[in-house]
Amino acid sequence: MEYWVKNMKKVKSLIITGFGINCEEEMAAAYDLAGAETDIVHLNDLFLNRISIHDYDILNFPGGFSFGDDLGSGKVLANKMKYKKMKNDKLFFLDLQDFLSDGKYIMGVCNGFQFLVKMGLLPNTEGDMQQQVTLTRNNSAQFEDRWCYLKVNQPSLTPFLENIELLQLPVRHGEGKLIIKNQQIETEIVEQNLNCLSYCDEEGNVTSKYPLNPNGAELNCAGLTNATGQVFGLMPHPEAFLSLYNHPNWGQMKRSNSGISAEGDGLKIFKNIVKYILNRQARKDAKVYVLKKG
Amino acid sequence: MRNQIKLFLKKQIRDVEAEKIRNAALSFLGINTGKVKTAKVFNITYELNPEQIEQFAVKGLQDEIIHDVYINESYLNNDYKTFILVAKMPGVTDDEGISAQKTLIDVLELDIDTTTQHIYSEDLYLFTNKLSDSKLRDLAENLLGNKLIHHFEYGTYSGEIEYLPEVKIKSDEFIQTINLNIADAALQKLSQDMLLSLNLKEMKAIQNYFKNAEIRKIRQANGLSINPTDCELEVLAQTWSEHCKHKEFSAEIEYTDHETGETQIIDSLFKTYIRRSTEIIRDRLEQAGNNWLLKIFTDNAGVVKINDRSVFVWKVETHNSPSAIDPYGGAITGILGNNRDPLGTGIGGGKLLFNTNVLCFGPPNYKKPLLPGQLHPKRVFEGVRHGIEDGGNKSGIPTVNGAIIFDERYSGKPLVYCGTGGVMPYNIKGVNSWEKNISAGDIIVMAGGRVGKDGIHGATFSSAEIDENSPQSAVQIGSPITQKLVADFMQEAVEKGLIKCSTDNGAGGLSSSVGELAEICGGARIDLEKVPLKYSNLKPWEIFISESQERMTFVVEKKQLKELFASAAEREVELSEIGIFTDSGYLDVRYGKEQVAFLDMHFLHNGIPRKYLQAEWRKPDLKEQVLPEKIDYNIELLKLLGSYNICSRESVIRQYDHEVKGRTIIKPLMGKAGKTPQDAAVMRLNFNSWEGIAISNGICPKYGDIDPYQMSASAFDEAVRQIISVGGKLPELENSENRFWTLNDNFCVPDSAYDEVSNPDGKIKLAKLVQMNQALFDMSTYFNIPMTSGKDSMKNDFKADNIKISVPPTILYSAVAKIADVRNTVTSDFKQQGDLIYQLGKTYNELGASEFYRIKNETGANVPLVRKEQAKALYLKVMAANDLKLIESSHDISDGGMLVTLAECLIGTELGADIDLSEFKELSLMAILFSETQSRFVVSIKPENRKKFTALMGEDAIYLGRVVPNGRLSVKNLKEIVVSLTVDELQQAWESEYENKSRLENNLS
Repeated sequence: MEYWVKNMKKVKSLIITGFGINCEEEMAAAYDLAGAETDIVHLNDLFLNRISIHDYDILNFPGGFSFGDDLGSGKVLANKMKYKKMKNDKLFFLDLQDFLSDGKYIMGVCNGFQFLVKMGLLPNTEGDMQQQVTLTRNNSAQFEDRWCYLKVNQPSLTPFLENIELLQLPVRHGEGKLIIKNQQIETEIVEQNLNCLSYCDEEGNVTSKYPLNPNGAELNCAGLTNATGQVFGLMPHPEAFLSLYNHPNWGQMKRSNSGISAEGDGLKIFKNIVKYILNRQARKDAKVYVLKKG
Repeated sequence: MRNQIKLFLKKQIRDVEAEKIRNAALSFLGINTGKVKTAKVFNITYELNPEQIEQFAVKGLQDEIIHDVYINESYLNNDYKTFILVAKMPGVTDDEGISAQKTLIDVLELDIDTTTQHIYSEDLYLFTNKLSDSKLRDLAENLLGNKLIHHFEYGTYSGEIEYLPEVKIKSDEFIQTINLNIADAALQKLSQDMLLSLNLKEMKAIQNYFKNAEIRKIRQANGLSINPTDCELEVLAQTWSEHCKHKEFSAEIEYTDHETGETQIIDSLFKTYIRRSTEIIRDRLEQAGNNWLLKIFTDNAGVVKINDRSVFVWKVETHNSPSAIDPYGGAITGILGNNRDPLGTGIGGGKLLFNTNVLCFGPPNYKKPLLPGQLHPKRVFEGVRHGIEDGGNKSGIPTVNGAIIFDERYSGKPLVYCGTGGVMPYNIKGVNSWEKNISAGDIIVMAGGRVGKDGIHGATFSSAEIDENSPQSAVQIGSPITQKLVADFMQEAVEKGLIKCSTDNGAGGLSSSVGELAEICGGARIDLEKVPLKYSNLKPWEIFISESQERMTFVVEKKQLKELFASAAEREVELSEIGIFTDSGYLDVRYGKEQVAFLDMHFLHNGIPRKYLQAEWRKPDLKEQVLPEKIDYNIELLKLLGSYNICSRESVIRQYDHEVKGRTIIKPLMGKAGKTPQDAAVMRLNFNSWEGIAISNGICPKYGDIDPYQMSASAFDEAVRQIISVGGKLPELENSENRFWTLNDNFCVPDSAYDEVSNPDGKIKLAKLVQMNQALFDMSTYFNIPMTSGKDSMKNDFKADNIKISVPPTILYSAVAKIADVRNTVTSDFKQQGDLIYQLGKTYNELGASEFYRIKNETGANVPLVRKEQAKALYLKVMAANDLKLIESSHDISDGGMLVTLAECLIGTELGADIDLSEFKELSLMAILFSETQSRFVVSIKPENRKKFTALMGEDAIYLGRVVPNGRLSVKNLKEIVVSLTVDELQQAWESEYENKSRLENNLS
């Protein structure tokens, strides 16, 4: 066996919980199924410096109702991350910057996505982590649990969405409508293709029609990435579609296609990032191996 | 110094909330508000300098993309003429204010108290129309808030708004003693005045206790007065309440059946029918070497064994009275309170897996004038729905199924049933997780929310006693986030072995939770001054019986205290050590050096005198209807599909998160379009195996108008057949694979205690209750399906202006059964063209109390009779067919009968069905299509499985027709097409929803 394959490390994924976050278990299951080594950690254990994000390759903010969505979804959590110092007196915010400088990955789903935009980590076109967009009250003025079709806008900037064109996932939110601060930022988002995921119909035509677009988001946008593809956030829940049996029509799908994969669309996203990091690691190690050999 | 920060949406941002209010004002109240503008107001009483306030406003509160900020400054805009400010009343939970406090200390790096209220959040609404004060009040009270929990300011808008709901309590006499050596009439008056809800017999029992020379001696020795303290009377009243002691289910009942002429004495309904049926089943199971029934009736929730590693724990409760006066608050505290039952069972800290809700309301088009204090059913519906949404969604617990039933008799008091299931490890640090062990010397620890006047005396608290600065105590608002933190923390602490056992603080507060735990070890001492308060000047008795929400009581070994408190601090959960368990035989309550209560444990729990009640059964005199022969079945089907009790619940279901946790396999709506209604919900238990559970509810109060026994039996059958329909299996005594079943029974009945004046038909009402219990016993012991927990709610009457609105006697059976492999479950939608459609189970002429009769304003007499022997034989065949994977779709036949069921199997698909009724014999077409005979299904199978299937089913399978691709339901009877409708038409009628019902009827007539 090649040297680098033998020594290949498992990808490590960290999932944050606490204060009303509630999708941590299914997200951990997603990474387990994708072959990563996964830890669920209470946010305060980060602030107490019991855990360092730098020991991980991927940092995840799952869905839920952090602080009950009081003051707007994700807001109180974003304030905590931005302004509160950890036990070692460093701002968590700066830790996140270092994490990204190391070429690592951050994912936020639903409440996690809301938090990422309020932190200014998405879309972050200027790289200065200033808030440029927000996620707010659905046009239907109500919470919606429904399955949506989603289109990946090609070419995909982020490894999370590699080789995916169209997928189905459930949304479960009351504040998922993306609003962009101004025209200039909107132009940058579109030109750089940062609006990586859009609500669409069954055929993949992007649409603003309710309930296909369940919240009235600008650009019909369901997910954003930053320019480097390292930070990825989306309103729909990929961790809620790990198996065929999560799908509302699994009965008929199974009947009409007996050879259908038992895997759900959502799992692809987690497999993508784990595979990508493994390959990157492998490429690095291979280089070292070639250099050593040479 | 007080600061005010206001957040207004920027001009270009669409104000979704405002649009919703404008529309609702017009359609519900007929008020044209003009354009509406909403704003959030924060009043801050912390001492902060202007720079800090600015920082807090801009960084902490504002979302700069959408908000303009006004700090101590008015928003001036001449377009807006009038305003309403909605503030919480003093002492009402203000989560948003507390969250603002938490973010304040993060943003400004402050170290100040955030456990008591210093930031008050309020909602401001501006209207361009110049609305009169009476219209503004109407809007405020009926759309924007509830006068029981909200304070409103309204009028002409000038930019100035001022209101701060600070709690100020005058302190008067701290501990009172009460003289009980008074005449009977005075005793009764005392019970009334103190809102004790104790009858004379009970008051006299208390009087005698305090007269007892032995007791007097002990009291004197312990420094107590001869007369009881206020706290002692309150504790006795709580402990002896119907809620805690189930006095009517424990009563001796003389039951006369005038049909048979027999009279019998029933020694407690609970013991005779409910507990006894489960004990019989447990004995049978144990004799067969099977022991999945782990805990029944003795804890907050029942417990059954899933496998060697885990147990299932669950409870279904009701929260009716609070939901009648504050639908949102009542429902959210109902669901959160019910969450705490499985959470506080055994050692506690179970992982909560799902919620289920069954709701009974008056019809949304209720037209009678509202009585004082009565809320319109539509408002109750919306408030309750919202409470369930927030209670479930914000806790991350999926609401996986439920039911909504409409009947005019629920328009005084709605029924709000909340159920929660969870999973605990089988064994925690060497101890069975479901056991509660307590020894003298263990410490009493309170966790979670702080204590205020919330819920003292619950709904009986008179609003007349409330002034503008008194904290609101009649109703409570739940705080899902506070409870989520406690629940998460409990899991961690239990895993580490830091908690010996736990219970929840619900009705009766600490007095009940500690009082009940103290029974295990034989006593407790509580120091009330150590209980953290929301605001000062509460009296000791108030602290002890307060029902402030989101609190748990832990039993903790002394050596674990330090680590437990340290862990809690790290998770921002407030704990307080408030006392110690003893074996003194007394409940010993103190406040500092003052002795507040000292009650004999045995008297407290067993001193209550038994009730004696009378029941008399007379069969109602009812006749079967004769309806015209010529019926347009197309129209009848569409009417049925759009009727309140059948139409789509999608608008409600979509607002509940029914799939958080990622384990919901059969959701309430499935199929290609996600619209086909399902029977039982199915969940997998974890991500490592395909083992799961099915969850169902059976409820059909309407049959009770004809026959309460059959009503209860039908509800039981409905709960069971829904689980059979999705692929569940009946229990087998010898089966060793722990095929558990667990039922919760929930009785909600009108006052059934006979009184010559106030309740002249009490005896027949009680007879109905007896029969419902008899059916429970017969069905449960026949199927070997046990009750593991349950509840009774006995006074579901609404009285005002000498009018009484009483609910019909109602029983809900909620069932959970184990599913070996969720991948083999069956959904209700037809799957593929060419499949063959069958009805399973024979139809009888049983249109009595059917939905079909209801839309004809008839009741009839031929109520469905549950034939349990036939039902079981059929269910065993369905199980065998599912073992062979012969069934492609299955939907149980319930409200509306077979035709409605067929329609439901098509809704949301692109398929159709060609039906021919030639296999039915000797039945009228009406009965074939609309009879609600129990224990039946509509199934579809692959054509190639026909032989195997029919051989297995025999006469139980009645061929109906085929699934076709044309999107049309067509029914042929005696060569005549009697129904021909497109699935779009069916769906449209089904989705026409409550408020559009009259429109549908107009279109059809």
